[in-house]
Amino acid sequence: MAHSLTDIRDRTGTTEREIPQYPMPRAAGCPFDPPPALRDLQAEGPLSKVRLWDGSTPWLVTRYAEQRALLADPRVSADGSHPGYPHVSANLKFRSTRDASFIRMDDPEHARIRRMVTGPFAVRQVESMRPGIQRIVDGLIDDLLAGPKPADLVQAFALPVPSLVICQLLGVPYADHDFFQRNSRLLINRDTPPDQAQAAQTALIGYLDQLVGEKLAHPGDDLLSRLATERVATGELTRHDLASLGRLLLVAGHETTANMIALGTVALLQHPDQLAAVRDSDDPALIAAAVEELLRYLSIVHSGRRRVALADIDVGGQVVRQGDGLVMANDVANRDESVFSGAGELDVHRDARQHVAFGFGVHQCLGQPLARVELQVVYGTLYRRIPTLALAAGLEEIPFKHDGLVYGVYELPVTW
Amino acid sequence: MTVRVSVDQDRCIASGQCVRTAPSVFGQREEDGVVTLQQADPPDGLTKDVKLAAAVCPALAIAVSER
Repeated sequence: MAHSLTDIRDRTGTTEREIPQYPMPRAAGCPFDPPPALRDLQAEGPLSKVRLWDGSTPWLVTRYAEQRALLADPRVSADGSHPGYPHVSANLKFRSTRDASFIRMDDPEHARIRRMVTGPFAVRQVESMRPGIQRIVDGLIDDLLAGPKPADLVQAFALPVPSLVICQLLGVPYADHDFFQRNSRLLINRDTPPDQAQAAQTALIGYLDQLVGEKLAHPGDDLLSRLATERVATGELTRHDLASLGRLLLVAGHETTANMIALGTVALLQHPDQLAAVRDSDDPALIAAAVEELLRYLSIVHSGRRRVALADIDVGGQVVRQGDGLVMANDVANRDESVFSGAGELDVHRDARQHVAFGFGVHQCLGQPLARVELQVVYGTLYRRIPTLALAAGLEEIPFKHDGLVYGVYELPVTW
Repeated sequence: MTVRVSVDQDRCIASGQCVRTAPSVFGQREEDGVVTLQQADPPDGLTKDVKLAAAVCPALAIAVSER
């Protein structure tokens, strides 16, 4: 059904059935591209109404400039308790009302809590983790190469990397890595029965709580020790707060990073000239640029940044009313031609540093400095060590996470 | 173009984007990673990097003006 510009812009003329459902499906055979319907809406204008799972009709913002302005606007709230907040699903709406972590707060409370934990994620701090991350990646590749072919790169490599890195970040003793990884996998895996997932979460939080206690007595050089001595000992955070934070970091940084590792590998294998540039380069700057370009091109957080307007806001002539929901589709903003020329192409030589894959505004991803180092090490090592890495299945056989909160692949059969 | 740079530490969310973009101009303080300005009047060769740093700052905490 074709929409003319006047159909979209004329609110009084728009009938219920002209408002498209969001999210939309990707095109078959184009697993790396945002849904064509999103591109069409972006071409027509910066914002339009969409219909969600619960029948609500928030504004969908598709263009880079408008998203950037709104995400940085103090009249735009991340607080999920507002009636107009556009929740992703019934499940997330329920969890959001129970667990008011700082990701669903506005400033000044959001800033107060976030600043308690930003120290360990400073660029210099995560850089010092690079040698340890390199050892983790090399060890997993050693195991992969010693094992059977074909192998599932998701289970053998993409999932273990972030959980072992989180172990390093939190200061989990090496002897406890197996326990930690086992429960992390159960928690992250979509096929885990709910009671087992709950048991895994309880086990992890209990373990982290105990570990915080040990770090208070004998601090080491890790995030839990640092926050225990700086924030728990002073009474700003409780032991349980810190254990919960450890769990939050694990969940937030686990599937996202794992999906970038696996999906990035598929994308590079499908673009051999780009893969060769990454594989054959000695230049850390090129690897870093490739990481930013893959973040932009893949935009794995594909459910949109969710907000609600606290006041009337003019967006290019259209008025967003106080209480209206906003969905910023950052995946399609990363394909905005006015910012990224030839946006549909994967080009590791492009300067993609302005991408919004980590979002924008005060809630921009806390873990992004760590994610960058992990991905630089992974992309800079995997293809160099396994130069003949190849898919062991056709692209059409690979199960993509179309319905996932975060996009990626469930399995990635590879050989070499 | 010759520029002057200023930062707003109250707005900063310690993303580190500026440090990665222009490491000789921006730093992060030890306690919470909030931005520190190493040089307010950087040499002309850094103008492009500094402008990009202001553009990628998620908190719009960096101001760049012609001097």
